[in-house]
Amino acid sequence: MAEPIERIRGDLHAAIAHDSAEAHVTGRALYVDDLVEPKGCLHLALGLSERARARIVALELDTVRAAPGVVLVLTGRDPGASADISPVHAGDEPVLPTDEVVYCGQPIFVVAAETREQARRAARLARVVYEDLPAVLGIEEARTAGRGFVCEPLRLERGAVDPALATAPRRLAGRMRIGGQEHFYLEGQVALAVPGVEGEMLVWSSTQHPTETQLLVARALDLPMAAVTVRCRRLGGGFGGKETQANLFAVLAALVARRTGRPAKLRPDRDEDMIVTGKRHDFLVDYEVGFGPDGRIHAVRATLAARCGFSADLSGPVTDRALFHADNAYHYPAVRLVSEPWRTNTCSNTAFRGFGGPQGVLVAERIVEEVAFATGLDPLEVRRRNLYREGDLTPYHQPIEDVPLEAILDELERRAAYRERRRAIAAFNAESPVLKKGIALTPVKFGISFTATWYNQAGALLHVYRDGSVLLAHGGVEMGQGLFVKVAQVVAHELALDLERIRLGTTDTGKVPNTSATAASSGSDLNGMAAQAAARTLKERLAAFAAERWSVPAEQLAWLPGRLRVGNQEIAWEELVAEAYRARVQLWASGFYRTPEIHWDRKAGRGRPFYYFACGAACAEVTVDTLTGAHRIDRVDVLHDCGRSLNPAVDLGQIEGGLVQGIGWLTSEELVWDEEGRLRTHGPSTYKIPTAGDRPRVANIALFEGAPNRKPTIHRSRAVGEPPLMLATAVLHAISDAVASLAGHRICPKLDPPATPEAVLAAVERVRARAAGDPPGTGAA
Amino acid sequence: MRRVVRFWLGDEPRDVAGAAPTTTLLDWLRGVEGRTGTKEGCNEGDCGACTVLLTRLRDGRVVHEPVCACIRLLATVDGCRVATVEDLAAADGTLHPVQRAMVEQHASQCGFCTPGIVTSLWALRLDHPEPPDEAEIEARLAGNLCRCTGYGPIVRAARAMYALEPAPAVDPLLAAAELWHTRLAERDTAEPLLLDGPDGTRLVAPVRLEELSDLLAARPDALLLAGGTDVGLRITKDLDRPPLIVWLGRVAELHRLEETAEGLRIGAAVTWREAASALRRLAPGLGELVDRFAGEQIRATATVVGNLANASPVGDGAPAFLALDARLELRRGDRRRELPLAEFFRAYRRTALEPGEFVEAVFLPRPSAGTRLLFEKVSKRREQDIATVSAGIALAIEDGRVRHVRLAFGGMAAIPARARAAEAALEGAAWDEAALERAVAALDRDFEPISDHRGSAAYRRTVAANLLWRAWLESRGVPVRLHAAEPALG
Repeated sequence: MAEPIERIRGDLHAAIAHDSAEAHVTGRALYVDDLVEPKGCLHLALGLSERARARIVALELDTVRAAPGVVLVLTGRDPGASADISPVHAGDEPVLPTDEVVYCGQPIFVVAAETREQARRAARLARVVYEDLPAVLGIEEARTAGRGFVCEPLRLERGAVDPALATAPRRLAGRMRIGGQEHFYLEGQVALAVPGVEGEMLVWSSTQHPTETQLLVARALDLPMAAVTVRCRRLGGGFGGKETQANLFAVLAALVARRTGRPAKLRPDRDEDMIVTGKRHDFLVDYEVGFGPDGRIHAVRATLAARCGFSADLSGPVTDRALFHADNAYHYPAVRLVSEPWRTNTCSNTAFRGFGGPQGVLVAERIVEEVAFATGLDPLEVRRRNLYREGDLTPYHQPIEDVPLEAILDELERRAAYRERRRAIAAFNAESPVLKKGIALTPVKFGISFTATWYNQAGALLHVYRDGSVLLAHGGVEMGQGLFVKVAQVVAHELALDLERIRLGTTDTGKVPNTSATAASSGSDLNGMAAQAAARTLKERLAAFAAERWSVPAEQLAWLPGRLRVGNQEIAWEELVAEAYRARVQLWASGFYRTPEIHWDRKAGRGRPFYYFACGAACAEVTVDTLTGAHRIDRVDVLHDCGRSLNPAVDLGQIEGGLVQGIGWLTSEELVWDEEGRLRTHGPSTYKIPTAGDRPRVANIALFEGAPNRKPTIHRSRAVGEPPLMLATAVLHAISDAVASLAGHRICPKLDPPATPEAVLAAVERVRARAAGDPPGTGAA
Repeated sequence: MRRVVRFWLGDEPRDVAGAAPTTTLLDWLRGVEGRTGTKEGCNEGDCGACTVLLTRLRDGRVVHEPVCACIRLLATVDGCRVATVEDLAAADGTLHPVQRAMVEQHASQCGFCTPGIVTSLWALRLDHPEPPDEAEIEARLAGNLCRCTGYGPIVRAARAMYALEPAPAVDPLLAAAELWHTRLAERDTAEPLLLDGPDGTRLVAPVRLEELSDLLAARPDALLLAGGTDVGLRITKDLDRPPLIVWLGRVAELHRLEETAEGLRIGAAVTWREAASALRRLAPGLGELVDRFAGEQIRATATVVGNLANASPVGDGAPAFLALDARLELRRGDRRRELPLAEFFRAYRRTALEPGEFVEAVFLPRPSAGTRLLFEKVSKRREQDIATVSAGIALAIEDGRVRHVRLAFGGMAAIPARARAAEAALEGAAWDEAALERAVAALDRDFEPISDHRGSAAYRRTVAANLLWRAWLESRGVPVRLHAAEPALG
């Protein structure tokens, strides 16, 4: 069969608008809280723990129960309400606690009332008597207290690292703190549970993982999964924050719906959302590097300790991925990396775009920076000298393949005029005592696949109705990343139908079962392949039918936009479908995909956890005000590899958005807990994500062209969701570079993120003090 | 007394009776009207997802303003027209140029912030018939958070909408200005508003100044509501239900903004948006204050006087106005008195106001020729943030000596305050490094700042000192301002 020659509207590789763009701009796009509330809908509010760790001596809820409009109050002692909702079944995450609270802000009861205001008001009337227990808030405290890990640490080792460190010509050690990050999805957590017939439960949830939400609701309700349906049409942002954190809200809504027989909706206020739910892990990293005077790294040893919070959640895989990326783009001839996933009495940190990878990347880049300032080499030169080459082994013994880092750096260095600008910046700084400029060019290499190998599967369901309309369903969740339009393009291409003829169905566990979380950048890779398989099955059935019905050999069939050429006649799609229906051809098909080749032995620290890598690089120039520590991003140039992009508009959007989200993490977004373990930054007034004025003054963002994925991914594209976040590393390092200019780039500023004005000013003072004490050139080694 | 709130929603008049006075515009739009296009992102006026467009009469002119519906009490849209994202496309579904530009520039991803962004850009376009510069576009987006796009496509859409038909000058809403003038004028009544809520709360909105002052004198327990950007939070976050709210927004005298040779008098109901140009004219240094104060939605809602009267230690207005020797006009019943702003702040969130007394206006004396006013604000984020440290610096240097100096700081103490010791170190002294060093040393005696989530005490001290150094360096011609410097090299 020939491929179509005429093009359909909205074909592959075209810059097509997001499928919901018009609905977004007109306000017609419905989110869970926008759905018409079912009759008798109850509204829920949470009662939160005020202690970081304490025994609940008394939980007095009579006034809550007696408050106007209150219908039900649930505590951990109610049936199902203390079920474990740990996504890894660690048994450390009851929906509601029974005896002991383990973080400040932990929900301890839920109120259901006729209105949301009544529920919120009633929730504040509770009286809780606590008996304080020793709490551990931070990583160092956890170490001192010997508090223990939320899961087994991981160790990655290759080569004889101790001898290599001992014999390296130069050696240095350091410590780095990396801040966490609040997701700040604009749509907060929300779930609406609707009791159905025969004891069934329907839950509309703003979740990235409908199947897991379904499983946990089923467990809490003691129902088979088959009796629970989870639905989700779109999320107002997820970023990992709704991969597991949505479950609590869904389960509580379902528990109330079950008990009362009424629909129940739980939508916490923004502050509660931020206080209750987990965030990106903050890390404390100790590193040692052995290197030569030429800037080549001989050996690296590092411990990456993370604040995981009160439960395991996804902290195991997150800290694993931090180790997987602690090499970023560089070959360490000998290496040992160890994770320390500490349990603490804080919210349970969770998935966040990059999933530990960004923290790992920062470690590698800090090591590079240390080596550069110690040797007096340009950091970019150190990066290039240690860059991975084809065939090198990673610390987890996966060989490097199809990683065009060198080509990307070459092209970006040229496009960004790195060397010329570094000279111009030196000249500027020589004349400018207060404002200092800095520049940095950093690469990103990111492993694509869930490291939990079984997650790398997906399903799709494609219905063709008698009138020729097409309904596409798959297991992926649309959270703004453009997954739906990309998968629809894949199906439109297969069926030779204009894109607008593919209707995108609500993600529904009743249509496609056993789906994986939409996470790990894998949405299009997995669901695109599954949908393609379904479309091909349908197409083959229709072709076989047509060949028989019109008595032509299969090679005389050709799919053209909206029609099938059958010998010398053309049959319109609608007619073909109608005929096929009458001839009793099955007009729906399912598709399935699992990623090949990958395997991972965590105990041995060896395997091939990633199907392939996605790479990119960024060059940033900043100006720093050395009187206040404030900065401005003057220019960022980006080159990012999306393979053969399914939709360049969507991919560029992911890159630009990821970059700015990463900039926020590394500069203005600071989480502050007080000594009692209370989060002090629980709303946009105190937690500052970037605004329009924070984006780079100039941003030149481009796709790295001409590098289709060597692996047979969906039309040779590469995943794009997470990797661009790490492009922001260039901004952190440019700020550091500006600070380092105060001492001739021979003292590493050790600027730990977030680089708030306060952190930058502290680095300025540190570098100045050391430069005054030590003559330049002797300080860093 | 009128007991219904009267306004327009889109093209339909609304008479709302019986709603609790604490009902927010957002809850009413989403819950009662089913207009779910307007979103709740934070419920504190900081994210802009709930942005709606208010059209109202100001000095007989039709004005359009973006505001946050989440902390706006429904009662306070009395006499206005409220337009939401649903009102933007034409009746036949044709997208407005703002919407088309957003689609064509791929400026929405998850879409949750999009209705608010569309509305803010609509307001921008109504204010600017011609494409504004990048700084103005950013300023008008500062109150809208987007977590997906990185803003680049949104800013590109803001530029692109000007190239799309219909041309800005004939935006349907502008074209209908006369119609709206008539409609709004018809809704405007001289009757005071009185609302009793089912929850026992009451809101009264007098029309005459005397009514207001008498009422407050008689009921000192009343909560005085101006722009409501603070009070709104008490209602949405603390679930506060004050028994009596007195809204001053319908008192015509309080909306007066008077520029004279002596200075600028700003009535208690005047918003930052309304006062912005006059403040810039009074002292160019106040431009930074106006630009850095919140986002456009809050500037269009919050009052200048309210920012002083709430006595926040980190309010933006106070340091600048202290440096200008501002005076407050206080009123209780018939009694009026004037008080220097420097004597107004007494302790954390406590003022010199007596029970039943309120601030009728603030008067900012015109700085004498030769006096330069600087406003400095240091915060984690440049736009729409609360200051870690802020400063108002007024300086007159004559023949190398400091003829006049005022140094006022926010974020350095429980109240906004002048640095009297540092001022004394400079007053009359030679303007040189030695004097600066004495002033910086004195600053340490002036303040005992605290550590909190915005910054440590040590950082606050260092930065406060550095702001003095900056004034010195800048007077020597050293480039010190990030946002005045050339952006990128090459």
